[in-house]
Amino acid sequence: MAVTAAPTAAAGTSAEPPATRVGRPAGRRRSVAARREALAGYAFILPWVAGFLIFTVVSMSWSAVLSFTNYDLSTNTAEPVGFENYRLLAEDPKVLMSLGNTFFYALLAVPLEIAVALALASLLNGVRRGAGFFRTVFYLPKMTPTVATASIFLLLLNGNTGAINSFLSWFGIQGPQWLVDPPWVKPSIVIMSLWGVAGSMVILLAALQNVPRELYEAASVDGASKLRQFFSITVPMISSTLFFLVIVNTIAALQVFDQAYLLFFRDNNGNNPDAALFFGVYLYQAAFQQFNFGLAAAMAWLLFVIILVITGIQLKLGDRLVYYEGSRQ
Amino acid sequence: MSTLPVSQPSRLAVAAPVRADRPIVVPAPAPTSGGALRRVGRIVRLLLLAGVAAAFLYPLAWLLAASLKPRGEVFDNRLIPQTVVWENYVQVWDQLPLLAWIANSIGIALASATLVTLSSSIVAFGFAYFRFPAKNFLFGLLLASMMLPGAVTLVPNYLIWKSLGFLGTNVPLWGGTLFGSAFYIFLMRQFYLSVPRELFEAARIDGCSYFGLFRRIAFPLALPSAVIVFLFEFQASWNNFVAPLIYLNFGTPEQYTVPLGIAYAMTTFSPTAGGHGDYQYVMVASLLVTLPMLVIFAFGQRYFIEGIASAGLKG
Repeated sequence: MAVTAAPTAAAGTSAEPPATRVGRPAGRRRSVAARREALAGYAFILPWVAGFLIFTVVSMSWSAVLSFTNYDLSTNTAEPVGFENYRLLAEDPKVLMSLGNTFFYALLAVPLEIAVALALASLLNGVRRGAGFFRTVFYLPKMTPTVATASIFLLLLNGNTGAINSFLSWFGIQGPQWLVDPPWVKPSIVIMSLWGVAGSMVILLAALQNVPRELYEAASVDGASKLRQFFSITVPMISSTLFFLVIVNTIAALQVFDQAYLLFFRDNNGNNPDAALFFGVYLYQAAFQQFNFGLAAAMAWLLFVIILVITGIQLKLGDRLVYYEGSRQ
Repeated sequence: MSTLPVSQPSRLAVAAPVRADRPIVVPAPAPTSGGALRRVGRIVRLLLLAGVAAAFLYPLAWLLAASLKPRGEVFDNRLIPQTVVWENYVQVWDQLPLLAWIANSIGIALASATLVTLSSSIVAFGFAYFRFPAKNFLFGLLLASMMLPGAVTLVPNYLIWKSLGFLGTNVPLWGGTLFGSAFYIFLMRQFYLSVPRELFEAARIDGCSYFGLFRRIAFPLALPSAVIVFLFEFQASWNNFVAPLIYLNFGTPEQYTVPLGIAYAMTTFSPTAGGHGDYQYVMVASLLVTLPMLVIFAFGQRYFIEGIASAGLKG
């Protein structure tokens, strides 16, 4: 987000107006006024500055310190243990497993989500009448609370009685045990999140509508096929939006928690498949089921660094792949 | 006075967000293809859209049907229930403390949405209008903070609320909104930047205070953006699951919000946890938690679509 928004940020704070120098007294008055304006400005942004200090600066530093301690919640004492928590993480096979699950999920969910969103947006973009109706229908799942989505899909995805497998059986396909069979656990969650794909779709639709029509007209005069137009005009012209979605959706996917928790980890009844143990879920268990805050803080920092590195790599790649209007010849 | 900088045209405002009431423009059809072929293409497109729309609507229709079924038939996947049990909607109030959950959810969502709209718009005006040292740096920090994964500050934030003595109350669920939210601040700043600066300068000369500029000019003019922020936050708070799970899970069920309550009901009604499998009540509660969001969307669709679309148009 920060990267795509950077040009706007630079543009927004425009150059100071040249101070009209009409002798000393005016100059001093100006500086008094400027100082008063600056003070008022700080007063206005004070709520955010305070919140940033408390819930980001203090919070992150506290988390860093915590990760080197053994925190006792009942007595509020932290006993320093050095790198013990990080050593435990390195030795815990579940950490590696949950990270693997998380990466696998992100690699499956992010491209699929963007592809489906782009397909739906392209379909909608060519519709004259009824586009508003379809967009509303596609957006309804996005308004549905995750917990309701989970309670619906828990039954729709049921391997024996679920509607999804009944639908597949119309075509003679024997559907899998979605929520039980480990290889199908992650696809189940992906299906659930695809239902709420409208957020990305609306963003892509807006981008598609910003592509100049002349480009398509020129291309079709030159005899370019629809498919060729899509890959040579549409995709490059919306690449900055696609890139934005890749980054934002990746960050979200790496923190996946709600759906996995609601479908598989509400209770410890033995139906908690390892395949759904994502890093976010494991972190939650360490923090709020075992109350091992030191270990959880170390996990949080590990996740932060991982997200930072992955986003950094994506930004580097994006620099080469993304077309920003006006930035290149 | 002539050298006053005219406010930067914000890309957000200029980039013409999708409007619900504006017909979607069709790219010009290729002049070479025949009319019949084009009509076939249009029909195929509509059929595809209708199929996807049916798939997207099905789970909601399924939920409505399931909420009206007796215990044994919840799983039968009929969209028209064999036996319609309207009493589900009466009995659910006895089966679950749903009224308390709804009251909690409404209170928290209203507090969050109101507070975050006020605080974010005040901060946004600070970044949009005033000139002060380190403004670019601070705004850069704000943008960077949007990238911060929420999972990272979960544990320390819990400890902060604990040390402030707010554990066991619902303050942690809305208290943070007092300080504004980076994305909303960014969004509203764009709107304030599109207000011509001369307007503010003129009001200043007429003796308007700085807060007056905000209250009398900026905020009223940017009211649509405030509506977007309010609706977004109301939805986010209403749907929020993690925060209630962490901060309310250890209290009595009466303190839960609706989403946490539904998760609790899913577990307690489950036969593996000693329940009787009364999932029809879970379905009623799921429908009741969804309905207000659908109503809000019906009235505020334009704002939701605009707000979401503008998020992607910044680049």
